[in-house]
Amino acid sequence: SLGLFDCQVSRVVGALKTETSRPVTSVRGMQTVTLIPGDGIGPEISTAVMKIFEAAKAPIQWEERNVTAIQGPGGKWMIPPDAKESMDKNKIGLKGPLKTPIAAGHPSMNLLLRKTFDLYANVRPCVSIEGYQTPYTDVNLVTIRENTEGEYSGIEHVIVDGVVQSIKLITEQASQRIAEYAFEYARNNKRASVTAVHKANIMRMSDGLFLRKCREAAEKHKDVKFTEMYLDTVCLNMVQDPTQFDVLVMPNLYGDILSDLCAGLIGGLGVTPSGNIGANGVAIFESVHGTAPDIAGKDMANPTALLLSAVMMLRHMGLHDYAKKIETACFDTIREKKVLTKDLGGNSKCSEFTGAICRRVQELE
Amino acid sequence: MAAHSAVFSVSKILTSFRGGHLGNTAKVFGTTVTSQRNKAVLTPPPAKYGGRHTVTLIPGDGIGPELLGHVREVFRFSCVPVDFEVVNVNSALETEVDINNAITAIRRNGVALKGNIETKHTMPPSVKSRNNVLRTSLDLYANVMHCQSLPGVQTRHKNIDIMIIRENTEGEYSSLEHESVSGVVESLKIITRNNSLRIADYAFRLAREKGRRRVTAVHKANIMKLGDGLFLQCCREVASGYPDITFDSMIVDNTTMQLVSKPQQFDVMVMPNLYGNVVSNVCAGLVGGPGLVPGANYGRDYAVFETATRNTGKSIADRNIANPTAMLLASCMMLDHLKLFDYASSIRNAVLTTMNETRLHTADIGGQGTTSEVVQSVMRIIQSKGQLTAEL
Repeated sequence: SLGLFDCQVSRVVGALKTETSRPVTSVRGMQTVTLIPGDGIGPEISTAVMKIFEAAKAPIQWEERNVTAIQGPGGKWMIPPDAKESMDKNKIGLKGPLKTPIAAGHPSMNLLLRKTFDLYANVRPCVSIEGYQTPYTDVNLVTIRENTEGEYSGIEHVIVDGVVQSIKLITEQASQRIAEYAFEYARNNKRASVTAVHKANIMRMSDGLFLRKCREAAEKHKDVKFTEMYLDTVCLNMVQDPTQFDVLVMPNLYGDILSDLCAGLIGGLGVTPSGNIGANGVAIFESVHGTAPDIAGKDMANPTALLLSAVMMLRHMGLHDYAKKIETACFDTIREKKVLTKDLGGNSKCSEFTGAICRRVQELE
Repeated sequence: MAAHSAVFSVSKILTSFRGGHLGNTAKVFGTTVTSQRNKAVLTPPPAKYGGRHTVTLIPGDGIGPELLGHVREVFRFSCVPVDFEVVNVNSALETEVDINNAITAIRRNGVALKGNIETKHTMPPSVKSRNNVLRTSLDLYANVMHCQSLPGVQTRHKNIDIMIIRENTEGEYSSLEHESVSGVVESLKIITRNNSLRIADYAFRLAREKGRRRVTAVHKANIMKLGDGLFLQCCREVASGYPDITFDSMIVDNTTMQLVSKPQQFDVMVMPNLYGNVVSNVCAGLVGGPGLVPGANYGRDYAVFETATRNTGKSIADRNIANPTAMLLASCMMLDHLKLFDYASSIRNAVLTTMNETRLHTADIGGQGTTSEVVQSVMRIIQSKGQLTAEL
């Protein structure tokens, strides 16, 4: 049974010894978590997760909040104050997909959330799902992406008509923070190596700074092996042999592309969990797929991604037994292939899939 | 056609008098040049005295020198009428003298074949990547890569046939960086309307010329609204002028996901510099690795050929295990560019036969052969086809 525990620890997100990861709000043993259903299929998959948690009798109380951007005093866009209050109080959140319109005037909602809670690390463990076949087997890696700066600073100008400049910002502080987090994560989850992904041959100063900070963090964590690799080499090797990678740490844009690439290796965004770690002990777990407006409201959505993120959340909170139970039920249902949503290759409804997992969970009692 | 060749032979005589300047030829023989301009490929430089072309060769670092040595061996063997002007670029020096010599040589000859020049991290940040300097100085604005599944190579995905056209001079590779405050570095990504229109136009012309159905623009305009938004807008503008070709767009992270699950859906892809780097490496990995795919960099006046993924390959250098396929196929692309089509097909067929029928593979694609064995096999096949060759 010690072996089982080790296995579970390897899936815990950011159980840092220095931060307080247990949420403070706890009424009658229940822990309150802020739930942000999101747009499109968000509400239906959130309902699915809540049903499964109920079936598992997990001690979680949900506090639903909406995060549609509003313009505060002075014209600055921000998330509604009641949402912010709830998150600050509960520290743990679960979020569904949010709309990001192209060129609409207000900033991306996800970016706004990140800025508000200083969610500096996006962690995505990519593990091949037994029972959901992809051309790649035995994938077991984690991408840790710096989430606040880099190419997504949102600073753009039109210099003259027809010439646009986007600024990529790399700071010493943020690079140091993410590098330290990556090594702490590797240490806490018993991962053997950390690879820094960069393009310092072209972006000499910016990625050079990022790389220097990673090297410094590596010096402080000699028990974890450190390598550095160019972005293009990582992409090249990733599609040929993903088993050679363990933990990857990188700036924002590369992280965005690589984490989606790795999600593609295990089966897509519909089955990939994700967690965002912020300063002050805040952690928001989310499903990273889109809002899928074409299937919204038709009971066709696949709740697996949000469910696995919720499982990540349970582990972060220390509720390993419930996490294991729900995860096993989910994987068993997928492996059995009897009740699967359309994107997984079946033709069952979302509610049927949810129902199958709920039954499994109750059987595992 | 007869008129064309008559004009060309006159141009050959004239250029030997003038010293072979492409610019002068272009001005005098305007009609010849403009008819060529309609194609996506540009006018190759006229052959020099005796019908032999001169091509700049930059060995580079890592596996570059040995692979280019093999290319020269195969060319010499097949009696290809190409002479190489070798220009060495020492990546250990901080001065720009070497790379400027190389650039001058390419301006002179019009065509080059190169290996990758290493960028040492121990150098100060003011020392820019030499490869990048070369591309921007010569304004080689289009990087073209054709990824095709080869029947002889085992891969997870089959039937891939993607052309990737990547903007090669601006975007994230502008090398404009500064440290405004200590500990805060800004790197500028520049997107211009002119360059975006130019690359989009190149992509559509190439697609039409090759009979392709669909062009996909890869971007991240949901986050970089102004920069990639401008790029996307330019692509749309150009697309409206090509109603026979379907145009769609895809966000870069979705693109990489689609590439690893269903790469057969892509036809021609056009994108800014950094995404091009990622997508071309992913595609190269999907068809079998960096040793298989050749790449070309085209500008208005010059063309430089190299391997598509531009790896230095330091760890496998001088061990006779590198895969010569990519470099040999790149040299065939160069021969096509110089209109030496027969030589190009002969060498290309030999390389592909070695790969697909003889199945002599190097270690990177799971075989046991050495580089020299593969090259010997290529030369044997060329000889067996009955063309004029030197001794084996």
